[in-house]
Amino acid sequence: MTAQATNAAAAEQRVFHLAEAEDHDHAGGNGATILGFWIYLMSDALIFAALFATFGVLSASYAGGPAPREIFELPLVALNTALLLISSLTFGFGMIEMEAGRARGTQLWLVVTALFGAAFVGIELYEFASLFAEGATPQRSAFLSAFFTLVSTHGLHVTFGLIWIVTMLVQIGQRGLVIENRRRLLCLSMFWHFLDIIWIGVFTFVYLFGVLR
Amino acid sequence: MTAHDLSASRLHDHGDTLGHGTRRGYLIGFVLSVILTAVPFWLVMTGALHDAQTTALLIFGLALVQIMVHVIYFLHLDTRAEGGWILMAFVFTIVIVGITIGGSIWVMYHLNTNMMPPMPMPMPPR
Repeated sequence: MTAQATNAAAAEQRVFHLAEAEDHDHAGGNGATILGFWIYLMSDALIFAALFATFGVLSASYAGGPAPREIFELPLVALNTALLLISSLTFGFGMIEMEAGRARGTQLWLVVTALFGAAFVGIELYEFASLFAEGATPQRSAFLSAFFTLVSTHGLHVTFGLIWIVTMLVQIGQRGLVIENRRRLLCLSMFWHFLDIIWIGVFTFVYLFGVLR
Repeated sequence: MTAHDLSASRLHDHGDTLGHGTRRGYLIGFVLSVILTAVPFWLVMTGALHDAQTTALLIFGLALVQIMVHVIYFLHLDTRAEGGWILMAFVFTIVIVGITIGGSIWVMYHLNTNMMPPMPMPMPPR
């Protein structure tokens, strides 16, 4: 009887250690997934590098069209930057809740993150719409083609991040914080923080430097 | 105390002290990024330095610092993760990104300067 109880306890411990290893250091358990996802992010960084390089080369090719100084609204960009930055922080809080094993708290912070992300995409679409209304369309000049390609690729990534967040909300609701969901959330958090890092490049190189030159 | 309680309490300890991030770590990262974002926007929007080149160098420098802050405090990059492979992949990517962006702009800038016709091209005969 006692031996059985000890065995059961030991079994539970063992299972638990697996979970610990996964959530603790990236090397244990599902470490391969984390490394693989990291390599995906690095390859995504290379896509953005190509787009940044294209933009850098074409950033002065106005073809008689509008220059950055005339069309960019820095207060709007500052607002967008703030939204994305805050969403990185709220996602971090979500991950802390996840590590504490609180499914409700994780979901709550994910919802907050998604709202900030959605506001970011909404403002970006508004900005694009007003640029189009001014005649600053991608067809107008090489500078605008490169601008729309780079910024909307980032915006698309954020949109897919939002879809992923909603998916995770449903999965946590259905299965709780099981090990698979923890792994997925860890990947999603890396994806989200990565997009914030790309945005640092966008607001510096495209907007601030564009207005400066 | 049953094994379950034990594991649950250990999980709690764990979330607060170790693991992928602490509330304190995220807050430090956030405050640093707010400063590193606000300063370049302020520099450009007010034109505080009256010198575009210095301002440009400064905002690029601040952006690089902010990227490192995000990588350390939000992505939790360290030298030990995955036996160092995460860091290795990151360093490799930085090199490639640097070559791609820096190299493209450098080469194309010189190409533009050297290939620019000095005058409007003469009209072809007839």
